[in-house]
Amino acid sequence: MQDDSPPPSLEKLDEDLRAAQAKRRNVKPDPGERGKGLAFAMRIGVEIVAALIVGVAIGYFLDRWLGTKPWFLLLFFVLGSAAGFMNVFRVVGGLGGQVGYRGKSETAGSEKGQEPASRQDPANRQDKDG
Amino acid sequence: MAEGGGAHSPLEQFEIKGLFPARDHGEIGTLDFTNSSLMMVATLVLISAFLILGMRRGALVPGRMQSLAELSYEFIAGLISDTVGAEGRRYFPIVFTLFMFVLVGNLLGMVPYSFTFTSHIIVTFALAMLVFTGVTILAIAKHGMHFFSFFVPPGAPVAMWPLLIPIEVISYLSRPISLSVRLFANMLAGHTLLKVIAGFIGLLGVFGILPFALVVALTGLEILIAFLQAYVFAILTCLYINDALHLH
Repeated sequence: MQDDSPPPSLEKLDEDLRAAQAKRRNVKPDPGERGKGLAFAMRIGVEIVAALIVGVAIGYFLDRWLGTKPWFLLLFFVLGSAAGFMNVFRVVGGLGGQVGYRGKSETAGSEKGQEPASRQDPANRQDKDG
Repeated sequence: MAEGGGAHSPLEQFEIKGLFPARDHGEIGTLDFTNSSLMMVATLVLISAFLILGMRRGALVPGRMQSLAELSYEFIAGLISDTVGAEGRRYFPIVFTLFMFVLVGNLLGMVPYSFTFTSHIIVTFALAMLVFTGVTILAIAKHGMHFFSFFVPPGAPVAMWPLLIPIEVISYLSRPISLSVRLFANMLAGHTLLKVIAGFIGLLGVFGILPFALVVALTGLEILIAFLQAYVFAILTCLYINDALHLH
């Protein structure tokens, strides 16, 4: 006990700690992570369809209202599919606030640390928005 | 649900019936108390009972029920602090309510012979519109006219605005649709699939063991999906609240 603990303490403890952490990281979030992945996958398919529905609905009703039969439908069909692709792009890339989301674990530590700061700084944000 | 073959349509389980056919019109009126309403009331009663009974003692070392109640509370509280941050705490009640309502509704639908109200688009769409209008009002109240800058992607050249703004608006308007269709389609498809495969059990005789095994597996999958969809609904609500609070 006395012989054992002092000399290897730093390196071995570090190693043990890292191993334990890695183990925990590997084991603990496994079901949750898989669930998250599934939840993530389920979001993607619907995004395209939803945007298409909205686009086509807008086009259809604009056409009915203005009597310009196919044109708005065609235009908004294209816009809707573009919006759908953008939704998917955002979900997958976790870009932009709009539909994307990146869990805490997926973002790098530095990024995570930096992000809320820029978010909470109103002056900074208004510059970007305006 | 896993009831053997017969002439039942797999879609029969989604039929809405008035429970008190006292009136003579024979079809469902606006104010009829239907099986869907019954399941919603049952859901609310169950959630209330779960939380009130679970937290009745409020022990420092929680018992089983209390642990479950605290677990669900902490799950949503953690979700909100992860996605929205500290300011999101104020919106905990609505997110928690939606999550529990969808979750318990989905799970109650897994009970044989019961009814899944989340498999009806009108229910999920109403929930999604609640989130959508609430979030939009929140954003406008917080940011005023500045809210509309949300539709201009940051850093885009002005020449691109006429193209990008409609796309962003469509993208924004598609939120309640994707939110509601996702939940509704998953529940509808899952329950139909269960019923269809269960229908093979009786038809195949001895080999019915195969679809039976599949139904057992699918039931597990459905319960997973029940949780997942409630989780996705809650997380998207959080994201939308986050967007409303912070815009870009």
